[in-house]
Amino acid sequence: MIAKLAWRNIWFKPLNTALSVLLLASSVAIITLLILLQKQFEEQFSSNADNIDLVLGAQGSPLQLVLSSVYQVDAPTGNIEYDSAQVWMRHPFVQSAIPLAFGDNYLGFKIVGTTPEYLSKFNSKIESGRLFSGNFEVVIGSELAKKINLKVGDKFNGTHGDAKEGEQHEEYKYEVVGIASRTGKVIDNLILSNIESVWAMHSEHEQHEGGIQEPKEITAVILQLRNKMAIMTWPRIIGQNTNMQAVSPAIEINRLFTLFGIGLKTLEYLAYGIMLISGISIFIALYNRLKERKYEFALLRLQGASRFQLLWLVLLESLFLCVLGYFFGTIIGRFALQLLSSASEEDFKLGFNPFEIIWNKEGALLIVTLFVGIISAILPAVKAYKMNISKTLANG
Amino acid sequence: MIATKNISFAYGNENQFQFPDIVCNASESLLITGNSGVGKTTLLHLLGGLLRPISGEINLDNVAIQTLSDKKLDAFRGKNIGIVLQQNHFVEALSVLENVMLASWLATGKKDKAKAKSLLEHLHLEKHWDKLPSQLSVGQQQRVSIARALINNPKVLLADEPTSSLDDANTLKVANLLENLAKEYDTALIIVTHDSRLKERFSNQISLL
Repeated sequence: MIAKLAWRNIWFKPLNTALSVLLLASSVAIITLLILLQKQFEEQFSSNADNIDLVLGAQGSPLQLVLSSVYQVDAPTGNIEYDSAQVWMRHPFVQSAIPLAFGDNYLGFKIVGTTPEYLSKFNSKIESGRLFSGNFEVVIGSELAKKINLKVGDKFNGTHGDAKEGEQHEEYKYEVVGIASRTGKVIDNLILSNIESVWAMHSEHEQHEGGIQEPKEITAVILQLRNKMAIMTWPRIIGQNTNMQAVSPAIEINRLFTLFGIGLKTLEYLAYGIMLISGISIFIALYNRLKERKYEFALLRLQGASRFQLLWLVLLESLFLCVLGYFFGTIIGRFALQLLSSASEEDFKLGFNPFEIIWNKEGALLIVTLFVGIISAILPAVKAYKMNISKTLANG
Repeated sequence: MIATKNISFAYGNENQFQFPDIVCNASESLLITGNSGVGKTTLLHLLGGLLRPISGEINLDNVAIQTLSDKKLDAFRGKNIGIVLQQNHFVEALSVLENVMLASWLATGKKDKAKAKSLLEHLHLEKHWDKLPSQLSVGQQQRVSIARALINNPKVLLADEPTSSLDDANTLKVANLLENLAKEYDTALIIVTHDSRLKERFSNQISLL
């Protein structure tokens, strides 16, 4: 009954309630969004870099190399000669070496020349059709197959470069021979062919120009090493002795997270700032109402309510506001993540799952929210508790 | 029944009150009159267990209420004492019926809906159950207050200036209503007032000086 009374009371002043709930919901939404984003972002980045010890590629920004070859988001740093890469790929320390050659795209989606090992590396299987074997045969990722509606047997022209507005290759058509299974990783949004297709597509141009046959080039090599010491030593050895670089994705991604971390922390502080303001707004609402409601409280005491019941009433009103704020906040936060996810899916091939619940962090957030409620209600609640009913009624 | 013996009260050191002994049995009525400042409201608060006397005894149904702990006194007041205040205060957010039921719940832990309804019907308020108290006229509000005070079958019904804002006709009506209800519910009725119209109405009177 006290709970019902508290519930009725908060809806008796709908605007006060709406303001407090809105403020609380915004801060909870931001924090929920950050919690989910951070966790899923790190998970996504780590899962894509699983079992990749080093990336071998052209010299330039190490982060750029990792982003372009592992996450397919940035432009590549340049090309390397296939022959010089082979020296390292065949090294006895190497457990697996997967070459990558970028050249074309279809509607903005990268066509990656590689070996079938690339699929097994990310635990992707052929869901329908078969693996690519001959030139210009491609396997497409599951997400992509849905998005651009390609089926086994379809044919399309590639576009040069990584923008969909580039020059179209008219000479050869790619043919879809298989569709890969869903992995939740970047591979779901790629078009995979063999390396030779990329070379064949582009050597054509060079022969027209009549120049000397240029050495075959690839973009990067994804390495998994047998010898873990080599992960530490190869970047230095390769950097000093060749015109290539070897980069550890783990280290680069850590650096990226540190950079992101500052931004995320700032947002988090902002959210807690909003929460503080909502606490103050609850406090002011309760405190102001206390004056209007002193007869009501006296009346309740008159009818047999104990001091403690009044304390509990005021506290409950604040807690109801907080629970409402938390409830709407988590929903709004997830809704925001869903929006963000569709945008980032498009631009970075990164999708987020708004339905994941991170119990420990979100639970902690709930506790913080309730704590804000208790703190802001303490003074009004104690005032209600200490009220002198005889004096209040004698003056009314 | 309610009886007091030698009770006195003081606000600080200066404002001291010594009250005459009072006895009022079940279904009887007692009018306590006096001018402003002689401690009428203070006496009502003492009888209602809102204040504690400095000395003396207040016996209500053979319980010396000044000896009860704060918490017990709250519960005792809820169950045994019905109070109609000069101003009609309500829980604004609850409907008329819920306000009456709340009084039943606070005292007994049970929401006696049937009884609340029959009481309101008895006081001709059945059309206003679901309204908010603020939507009622002052007269209607006072009747809701009376229904609320009676919901737990109190041993004592205390009324503080129940007629101060009413015209002659309505004053008589309310006086009759209170007296009849006290008889019907077997309750001791004590009215505190300075209203001279009531002095002619009730025979059993005590005047504070």
